[in-house]
Amino acid sequence: MSAPGPLETTIHEKITAAFNPVHLSISNDSAAHRHHAPMRAQGGGNGETHFTVQLVSERFEGLRAIARHRLVNDTLKQEFADGLHALVIKAKSPKEWEATESKVEA
Amino acid sequence: MSFARTFTRSLLSSSPRTLPSNSASFLARPSSLSLLQRQRHLSSESRSKIDNVVNSNPLVLFMKGTPSLPQCGFSRAVCQILEVQGVPEDKILAFNCLEDQELREAIKEYSSWPTIPQLYLQGEFVGGCDIVLQMHQSGELEKMLAEMGLVEEEVAGV
Repeated sequence: MSAPGPLETTIHEKITAAFNPVHLSISNDSAAHRHHAPMRAQGGGNGETHFTVQLVSERFEGLRAIARHRLVNDTLKQEFADGLHALVIKAKSPKEWEATESKVEA
Repeated sequence: MSFARTFTRSLLSSSPRTLPSNSASFLARPSSLSLLQRQRHLSSESRSKIDNVVNSNPLVLFMKGTPSLPQCGFSRAVCQILEVQGVPEDKILAFNCLEDQELREAIKEYSSWPTIPQLYLQGEFVGGCDIVLQMHQSGELEKMLAEMGLVEEEVAGV
């Protein structure tokens, strides 16, 4: 694992500020995607194009998946405009998180 | 694989360079907008074209590549889910956003959703890969597809 890049750091800060998450993990999946067509068109991307965020926040309680994703996407609007290409979002409420905590989570 | 045929065609702009022969041009028009304009403005013309296509087809998938040759893992995953669900290939209308740069930006704004793929069912935005996968796993997708008559219900009267 290398140190988080500037974009990953920004994502971490913005999500922390917006969601006050009880759990947050971010993984950079960019390397696995550098060969796909849109990344090849950009010379393989800059190494910070594809991320997975897993976050657990009270703000998700009672919201459907699409509303949760929209909240996260809106928080990172600027980053998408600046070249963030793909974001896998795993957004749970604390209750849902507790219910699955015993399971192995990606 | 049952996705041998593709239903990908150009929705907004017809790019003269690499349109495969199976991509029908759908309301082609010259792309005169600058890149910046394209990214920031969804023209009312583009909006009404997208409105029309998502409302007049039960299942529309905006993707990268084609169902038979996806160019992105997330697009591939959605196609595979639809296949596993048993949606007949002739019920899937797929648009290859890599062949239509105008559509690629327009659909993001139309759906207020920053990424592709995007799945529409009966004119309604369902979500991207994560959400489609979740709905597949929860059974919600099967229920919706069955209600729409896109798949045959295997068990009647659940």
